[in-house]
Amino acid sequence: MSPDILTGEHFINGNTASAEGAIAVGCRFFAGYPITPSTEVAERMSRRLPQLGGTFIQMEDELASMSAILGASWGGAKSMTATSGPGYSLMMENIGLGIMTETPTVVVNVMRGGPSTGLPTLVAQADVMQARWGSHGAYEVIALAPASPQEMFDMTVRAFNLSEQFRLPVSVLSDEVVGHMTEKVVIPTQDKVPIYARRKPKEPPSDSYRPYQADADGVPPMANAGSGYHMHVTGLTHDERGYPVITAAAQKKLIQRLCDKIRKNRDKIIQYTEVDTEKADVIVVSYGISARTSWKAIRTCQKHGMKVGQLKLDTIWPFPEERIRELAGMVRGFVVPELNMGQIVYEVERCAAGKCKTVLVPHPGGEIHDPLDIYKAIKEVAK
Amino acid sequence: MSDRCAKDEHPDDASTVHRDTSGVGGVHDHDHRKEEHTHPMDFLLRPGRIPHIWCTGCGLGVVLTAFLNGVKKANIPYDDVSVVSGIGCTGRIAGYIQLDSFHTTHGRALPFATGLKLANPKLKVSVISGDGDLFAIGGNHLIHAARRNIDMLVLCVNNFNYGMTGGQAAPTTPVSAKTQTSPYGCWEHPFNLPYVAAASGAVYVARWTVLHAKRLVESIAEALNHRGLSFIEVISQCPTNYDRSNKGGEALDLMHFFENKTVVRNGIDPKDADIGLYTPITCGKFVDIQKETYDCGYDRMCTLAKGGKK
Amino acid sequence: MKYWRKPLDTDTIEVPKGKVYILENRCKGCKFCVEFCPRKCLEVSTKFNEKGYHPPVLKNEADCIACGFCELICPDFAIYLEEKGTRPAGEVKKKSEEVGAQ
Repeated sequence: MSPDILTGEHFINGNTASAEGAIAVGCRFFAGYPITPSTEVAERMSRRLPQLGGTFIQMEDELASMSAILGASWGGAKSMTATSGPGYSLMMENIGLGIMTETPTVVVNVMRGGPSTGLPTLVAQADVMQARWGSHGAYEVIALAPASPQEMFDMTVRAFNLSEQFRLPVSVLSDEVVGHMTEKVVIPTQDKVPIYARRKPKEPPSDSYRPYQADADGVPPMANAGSGYHMHVTGLTHDERGYPVITAAAQKKLIQRLCDKIRKNRDKIIQYTEVDTEKADVIVVSYGISARTSWKAIRTCQKHGMKVGQLKLDTIWPFPEERIRELAGMVRGFVVPELNMGQIVYEVERCAAGKCKTVLVPHPGGEIHDPLDIYKAIKEVAK
Repeated sequence: MSDRCAKDEHPDDASTVHRDTSGVGGVHDHDHRKEEHTHPMDFLLRPGRIPHIWCTGCGLGVVLTAFLNGVKKANIPYDDVSVVSGIGCTGRIAGYIQLDSFHTTHGRALPFATGLKLANPKLKVSVISGDGDLFAIGGNHLIHAARRNIDMLVLCVNNFNYGMTGGQAAPTTPVSAKTQTSPYGCWEHPFNLPYVAAASGAVYVARWTVLHAKRLVESIAEALNHRGLSFIEVISQCPTNYDRSNKGGEALDLMHFFENKTVVRNGIDPKDADIGLYTPITCGKFVDIQKETYDCGYDRMCTLAKGGKK
Repeated sequence: MKYWRKPLDTDTIEVPKGKVYILENRCKGCKFCVEFCPRKCLEVSTKFNEKGYHPPVLKNEADCIACGFCELICPDFAIYLEEKGTRPAGEVKKKSEEVGAQ
C-alpha cells in the first residue's frame, strides 16, 4: 500500500517532484495528455492516484484535459494537469473559463522550444507572456516559476493553495531542464505541508444564496456540485446569482472584482528571492533555469570585483513591479537573461521607467544560456 | 458560435416572472386563473428567467419541460442532478434549470462533465447541448466519452444548423439544405447522430422529435437510470433560421411534419436512420445494451494498483 | 370519438376531468396546445398579452380529460392543468359527439 505523502529524501526529477507535491497537498484528480517534456507528471500520477483512491484519466486532447479538471474542481476535487507549449495553447480558452467561473485548479507547463512543434525535447522559457495574456479578455493570473526539483515540489504545493485561496487556475511555469533534472528533493511530513482548505459557504442552501457574492478579500466561498446549493456557473458575464447578464454594468462589476482579487492581494502572492542585491550595481532579473545559469556569470563577476546581485522571480505573475521600481533607483542597470527573444525584459523595462539600463540576454531555446553571454552583458551594464 | 448575438435581454433587476406569478400581468378575473399562479415545474426553474430567450415555436422549451419531467420520473434526488451544457441555443438550457448547472465553453461540455462525474460519482450528470456543439467542435469529445462509457446522459438537440449565430451549416445539415453558409445548398454529407454515438460505444441510443414529448420523457427517465453513456437525439424545429431558409413553414407546420412523417422503429440498426431534407424521420430506441462502465473498469484497475499486482 | 359499436365497458370506466390554467404573459403564441389537444379544448384568444401574442383560452372545461399533453408540449411553461376528479366515459363521449369533433 502506498502512503499518501512520500515523506523523506528523494533523488527524483522535477516532473516527478511536481506530481508528489500535488499529492502531498491533496490533489486527487489528474486529467492530462502526453506531451514531451511533461509526460513524467502524467505517468507518475497514473501510477500513484489509483493507489490513493484518486482519479487519473488520460483525455483525448489538451482541450478535454483542461475542461475535465475544471469539472472535477466543481465536483469537489483538487485537480491538475501538466502540459507543454502546444498543449498550453490549446488550453487557453478553458483557462479563461476557469478564470471567469473562478474555478481553482493547477496547470503545470513544462516549457519547451517553440513556436509550434518546435523542439519537443529541449528547453525554452517562451510561454511567459502567454501565461499572462494567452486567453482572450481582460483578467489577472498567477504563475509560479520553479528552478529546481525541490522548487517544483514546493511551488506545486503553493500553486494549489493559491488557486484555492483566490479561486482561479494557477500556472506552474517550469521548463524542460528543471522538469527533467534529477536532484535531491526533501518531502516533509504531512503536517508540515500547508493546505488551504476550500472556503465553503457559511449559510445553508436557500433561495437567497448568491454563489458569486464575494467576501471581504474579493473571493466568494465555493460550493461544490451535489451539496444542495443548485448554483449556476457560466462563462458568460454574470452577476452575484451566477446568472448571465449581458450588460456593460455587469461586466464592469465582475471584471473589476476578478482583477482586484489578485491586484489587491499582491503582497500575499508575489514571492522572489534576492541574493547580494544590497549595494549592487547590476542586478540580474531571472527565473527558472536561467536563474541558475546566471549564477555562474554572477559569481565570476563578483570574483572580478563587480557588485552584482540576483533577483530570482519565484512568482512571475503578478509581476513584482514595486520591487523593480525600487531597485531601479539604486542600480546602474538590470540584466534579464531569458530563454526567449524578450518577454519579461519588457516588464522590467516598463517598471524601471528609464531610471536605469535594462539589457536583455535572449536565447531562442534548445539549450541553456552560455554563462559567458550573461557575464558580458553584466560587464556592459556595469561600465 | 459564441453568445455574441444573444437574445437575452432580461434587465438585471426587473424580473418579469417570479415563482409566484400572481400580480405579474398574467392574472385576470377569469375562472381559469388561480389566486396564486405557479406552474408545477416552476420550482425547478430559476426565478426571473422565464420567459426564456428561445424563439416562438422553438422546440427547446419542450426539451426543457421533457428533461425536467424525465428527472422527476426517474426518481433522482434533485441535489444529485448536475446539468452541463455548451454554447448555442441549446446550451442556454443550463441557465434555466434550478439545479447545479454549468454553462461551459463551446464543444467542451462533455469533458467538463467527465471531470465532474469522476470527481463526484454520486452526481447524476446530464450533458444537454446542440448538434454543432456536440458533433462539430465537440465531436472528438463525444466519441471518446462514448468509447469510455462514462455514466451520464447526453441529450443532443438537433436543429440541423447553428441557430444562435444566425443559421449556419452544421455537420447535421442535409445535402441541398440552404443555410447562411450554404446559400446554394449544402454539399457535405451529414452525420447520422445515433449511428455515430452507437459506433463510438454508447450503450443507450434513441432518437425522438419534440412532438414525441411523452416518449421523450420516458426515454430520458430510462436513460438516466441506465448505467453508461446514454445518448438521445431530439429533433427540433428551428422556425427562425433553418426552417425559414428551407421553407419548411412555421413551427406548427414543422410539428405536423414530425407528426406525419416520423416512423417509430425501435431496435433497428441506427445506420439505417439517415435524415435528409424534410425526408421521413426514423425515431425510436435503437440501442439498449449493458457494457462495463468507465468507473467499474477504473475501480477494477485500482484494486490491482492497491494490491501491488502488475 | 365515433365508435361503430359502443364499447362494452363504456358505462364502467371513468375518465379524468381536468382544469386548465394559463399563464398568459408567458405565452409566445406558438399554438401547439391548441393544435395538439386531442379533445380540441383550446382555441386562440383575441386578446393580447404583454408581449403582443394571443394566448390560448379554454373553450369548454367539460371537454378536458386531463391528458396533460398541453402542459408537456408547451415550450414556455405557460399552461398546466390539474386533475379534478373523474366522470363516466359515457358522459364524455356524448359531449364530443355534440361538438362534432374528431
